[in-house]
Amino acid sequence: MGILMMVQFFIPHPLSTRLYRAVLDSMIIIGVFMLVFAWRSLAYFHINRIRRRTEHWWYSYLTFTGWIVTAALGIGLGIGAGTPHQLIFNHILIPLQATMFSLLAFYIASAAFRAFKARNLEAGLLLVAAVVVMLGRVPIGQMIYSRLPEVVEWIMMYPNMAAQRGILLGVGLGMISTALKIIMGIERGYLGGGD
Amino acid sequence: MLSLRSPIPALLVCLLLSTPVFLQAQETEIPDPPPPPRNVVARDNPDDGGHAVMVTWDLSEDDFEGGRVRGYAIHRSVDGEEYEYVGYVGKGTSEFRDTREVLGNVPYYYKVLARSRNHGDSEFSAPSAPAISRAQVFHMGRLNAAIATVLFISLILYYVRSARRGKELFIRRIAGLDAVDEAVGRATEMGKPILFVPGLSTMSDVATIAAINILGPVAKKVAEYDSSIIVPNRNPIVATVTREVVKGAYVEAGRPDAFNEDSVFFITTSQFAYTAAVDGIMVREKPATNLFLGMFWAESLILAETGAATGAIQIAGTDAVAQLPFFVTACDYTIIGEELYAASAYLSREPRLLGSLKAQDWGKVLILFFVVAGTVLGLMKIEFLSNLFNV
Repeated sequence: MGILMMVQFFIPHPLSTRLYRAVLDSMIIIGVFMLVFAWRSLAYFHINRIRRRTEHWWYSYLTFTGWIVTAALGIGLGIGAGTPHQLIFNHILIPLQATMFSLLAFYIASAAFRAFKARNLEAGLLLVAAVVVMLGRVPIGQMIYSRLPEVVEWIMMYPNMAAQRGILLGVGLGMISTALKIIMGIERGYLGGGD
Repeated sequence: MLSLRSPIPALLVCLLLSTPVFLQAQETEIPDPPPPPRNVVARDNPDDGGHAVMVTWDLSEDDFEGGRVRGYAIHRSVDGEEYEYVGYVGKGTSEFRDTREVLGNVPYYYKVLARSRNHGDSEFSAPSAPAISRAQVFHMGRLNAAIATVLFISLILYYVRSARRGKELFIRRIAGLDAVDEAVGRATEMGKPILFVPGLSTMSDVATIAAINILGPVAKKVAEYDSSIIVPNRNPIVATVTREVVKGAYVEAGRPDAFNEDSVFFITTSQFAYTAAVDGIMVREKPATNLFLGMFWAESLILAETGAATGAIQIAGTDAVAQLPFFVTACDYTIIGEELYAASAYLSREPRLLGSLKAQDWGKVLILFFVVAGTVLGLMKIEFLSNLFNV
């Protein structure tokens, strides 16, 4: 199947395109069936926590409540605009996700505080580059030095881009190599159970 | 009756009355429309599955900066008699790809005319010879990719065979992978679990497979040391695979009874809900070792910082270039890009896997050669080498 999909990339014929779409569709179908296994796993995990009364076991009841109520509302009353399911999604799930995402701002600040210390030459260069780039991205940077945004642009387009491309080249070759090892059966660690 | 004391109203009336005459005089004086395009050629669009025809022509003589031409209208016919409009392109463009309900094995004729804003349309060009759309069996535009793939496969097969024959292959030290043993040992001494996050992507992502290849040896060590491991998953398929891998590792270590089904579980497919759940596991269970291996996105720093706050030793590995800086900052060891893919070979030291690493390195040498050569030739305005790599 791996070789087939690899060869498919070079064949533009409609038969090849149909095969590609059929494989993609089958992956979606398999994914849906695996969701059933995932629900089973989640249910057993929380049932066992309730049964054993592990620490904070009552949160498992909360998980079940949210799960069953949301599913029941969606199946019973639909998932279109204005339905309770949509209200739960828009007014509970999305704000919670946004809250988690917003934690990044604080974590970046704390990580930067730890990372940007001039312990040696490389750390010092990192500190200077980081300060220049951060200042150059905000209006005050241009007020300090009118050409600072151009300096930032140069840093991002040349040394930063060069380093990223170097890593990406290695990643690309690594991906091809790993995929070929899997196709040829050399790499079998992901199957579990040893050789 | 008007009493004309001032000549201004009279002048205004004369002006108004003369305007239609003036305009009429303007309307009759329209310059010639631009000359039509010439040499219209229609041919099957190359490297596709059919259902497209490429039409090209020579630009109208009036197609230049300040010229009368504004664009070109393309018309199509199946019998050479009745033509229908199929598309329009702006001035300066001399090709058009017709994909509008193009059927295979049907001959199509094309005519093109030049359009202008104020001077009318040109005459139609001479019709093209008929073109039939066909599906190609091989995409010639990707020939260079096919050659490179065959070359790379050959390199891998050669070095795998060399390794099988017993040839010693050197592999440099990867600090992050060397630290895995130490990290598992630390967790065992402290009596705390090891948290393994296999990334947030699906099984179709090679990074996830690379992470699961590391999970096997880690789980085997955990089984041997009688420690415990927690593997939360975002994807149901990945959850099933990781469960089998961990179970297999315990069996291989001779400790099938020690395997805890609840240690490998699915949480949710929602990105930040998963992140919140893993953060909660880190804060409650306080694992001694956190392993973040696989594909990560914006949640990488949230996971790494929370883990750092709990005092765990952290080893991260991803091929997501944008997340590497966050892992480097917050984790003790970072496995960068291709080192993640080399992990299974590094940990197992199996000759076949080491051979493939050698082939990767030679692939990089070849790419480096082409980059340097292409740059030098490019500076001399010789671009054939750079153009070889267009896909």
